[in-house]
Amino acid sequence: MQKMNVTSSPHISGPDNTTGIMLDVIIALLPATICGICFFGFNALLTVAVSVASAVLSEYLWCKAIKKQTSLLDLSAVVTGLLLGLNLPPTLPLWMAALGSAIAIVVVKQMFGGIGHNFANPAITARIALMVSFPTAMTTYIVPFTDNVVSSATPLGGGDFALSKLFFGIHPGTIGETSSLLLLAGGVYLVIRRVITPELPLAFMASAAGLAWALGDDPVKTLFTGGLMLGSIFMATDYVTSPPTRLGKIIFGVGCGLITVVIRHFGNIPEGVSFAILLMNILTPHITRLTAKKPFGTEGEQK
Amino acid sequence: MSKKESILRPKGRVKGGARLPHNKTTAEAKTVVIDPPEKVVISMSQHIGAPCQPTVKAGDQVFVGTVIGDSESFISAPIHASVSGVVSEITKIRLPAGNMVDAVVIESDGKMQLDPDIKPITVNTAEELVKAVRDSGLVGLGGAGFPAHVKLTTSPDKPIDTLIINGAECEPYITADYREIMENPDDVLDGVYLIKKLLNIENVIIAVEDNKPKAIKILYEIAADKRDTDDKVKLMKLKSRYPQGAEKVIIYSATKRKLPLGKLPSDVGCIVMNITSVAFISRYLRKGIPLVKKRITVDGNAITEPKNLLVPIGTPISHVLELCKADDPQKVMMGGPMMGITVYDTSLPILKQNNAILAFKGKAAESKPQTDCIRCGRCMRACPMNLTPAPVEGALKNTNVDELNALNVMHCMECGSCAFACPAGRPLTAAMRLAKNEVRKAGK
Repeated sequence: MQKMNVTSSPHISGPDNTTGIMLDVIIALLPATICGICFFGFNALLTVAVSVASAVLSEYLWCKAIKKQTSLLDLSAVVTGLLLGLNLPPTLPLWMAALGSAIAIVVVKQMFGGIGHNFANPAITARIALMVSFPTAMTTYIVPFTDNVVSSATPLGGGDFALSKLFFGIHPGTIGETSSLLLLAGGVYLVIRRVITPELPLAFMASAAGLAWALGDDPVKTLFTGGLMLGSIFMATDYVTSPPTRLGKIIFGVGCGLITVVIRHFGNIPEGVSFAILLMNILTPHITRLTAKKPFGTEGEQK
Repeated sequence: MSKKESILRPKGRVKGGARLPHNKTTAEAKTVVIDPPEKVVISMSQHIGAPCQPTVKAGDQVFVGTVIGDSESFISAPIHASVSGVVSEITKIRLPAGNMVDAVVIESDGKMQLDPDIKPITVNTAEELVKAVRDSGLVGLGGAGFPAHVKLTTSPDKPIDTLIINGAECEPYITADYREIMENPDDVLDGVYLIKKLLNIENVIIAVEDNKPKAIKILYEIAADKRDTDDKVKLMKLKSRYPQGAEKVIIYSATKRKLPLGKLPSDVGCIVMNITSVAFISRYLRKGIPLVKKRITVDGNAITEPKNLLVPIGTPISHVLELCKADDPQKVMMGGPMMGITVYDTSLPILKQNNAILAFKGKAAESKPQTDCIRCGRCMRACPMNLTPAPVEGALKNTNVDELNALNVMHCMECGSCAFACPAGRPLTAAMRLAKNEVRKAGK
């Protein structure tokens, strides 16, 4: 009798795998990353590199410390480090970037159980932690192609910039958030690769632009300034912290867009994207439950 | 069916499912009738329902078609000898599903002599048809093995208006039903018209996936010449998206009716029959030979010569693998890769409802590497029943039956689409299966 490999059906699996999905996100972020490095110079490269390295190292050390099988191969730590790096100003002291990544990986992700178990987006939460800890360093930007430091004359802070400059990203900001064009291209890539669906970013952008228009702000500027593109395409769409249902994604996106504009318009901090996403992260389980579909054949029934 | 009449399009589309590689390499491989093996092992459980009791004992002489097992229970079908020879023993075997069952072992004399009582059968009423189908030992040949006469037993309070002939064959690799259509299209249509007439069913829909254009064409042309005066036998072309052939899915495609949980197709006015089953019925009536042979597709990356074989039921799987020059298979399954059952031992016999034996080696015999669930939602989007498979794993681990009920696990038809879609390699369908068991055990 020849012993056979016995498994439970199905015995074939689809082409998607966790590492591949993470790799696609990294590929989609690369154009905006390279662009940011070109605009803001060597410091930007260092900041991103330190963020990524610190995220990977934190993940490795933590898993080692609690004797958990390391999950480095799934590349999720690289994505978190990269996203955080792109959310930092290019002049930030490098140790702050390293600290941010460690917070993202250890406190926000691993302490809740690692990949798939965190309730808030690690990169966003770490950015907020850095912002409230080091408010000056986190809002010190430079003008592209120069070393001229500005400490609030970003488009969000009230500076005046031509639309084309905003679209191509030639304005002060964090490393990865300025080039709307390349971020959108990355988003299109993710949609084509079926890594994300477009509902959430579109709902985010449409609701933000709509409310800005209603409040008398410039809706186009609302879309192309600050972290709105980076946030709506790459951070709000994080699988773990956004609802999986289509309707849920739309509700989540609309919520993010409205909160962003409310903070920008009425708040005393210039940027609202991070807080908006974090707040909606907290609501995700409820949105998911409320938008769950009924099983086939019971749609009309009352529960 | 008039020639001008166009082929029907599905009336509804069930969401989700999976786009699978078809791998129908044996599509043009004509069925080869194999020589009888030296011995056959015939399981007494070859259908959903009560197992049969052996009606022969060691030393009995049997012929092809001699009844060797039967049951008093309504949901069961008799079992017949598939070779002529001598019963060498009544033994017990463990089926791949894990249950121990009686099995009749017959040493073949190599002559394949038919039982002398076999003769053509005439049926004129629905009752006679049901009796004949039971006597034939027919079970649903699509894979599940539901006794066919039970499906054909209608009652006046549940009128049937649509007979759906399932020729979707949506699992990869398998071409057994396709070969039936290509080789015996007249049998298919004779069976269709016979059931339609005797059961007085108004509409017939023969549903075939659109990756089988030749099968659609041949059925279309023959049907055009047949005696269908009121034009109620229609062909329907299904999109090739798994699981088109699942009962609930095909009923929705054909009629836009939704089959609720725990109900039978007759509750929504339908009978669903596999296309090979229908062809078998017409052949059985013509010749009187019960279900003793089955066409199976033998394929997979460990098979050097993929084939369609007509094998006596009870032929050891290892014999079939040898005939198709299997090369060091590491995983062998009965049925398709989405819903088939892997066998732990290749000496196990072929069953009535088997439509394929697939053998894999190397990477194809392994499972995808696992990571934790990344909550991407692909399983939910893939589920044709609108379920949420991912959290089932957690609720199952805690044996939280209330939570499992809230997740509607009993609606799962175990099609495998969720686990196929999962990038994290989670065994979601297996979790669903275990979860259903827990719910049944809790009796809620």
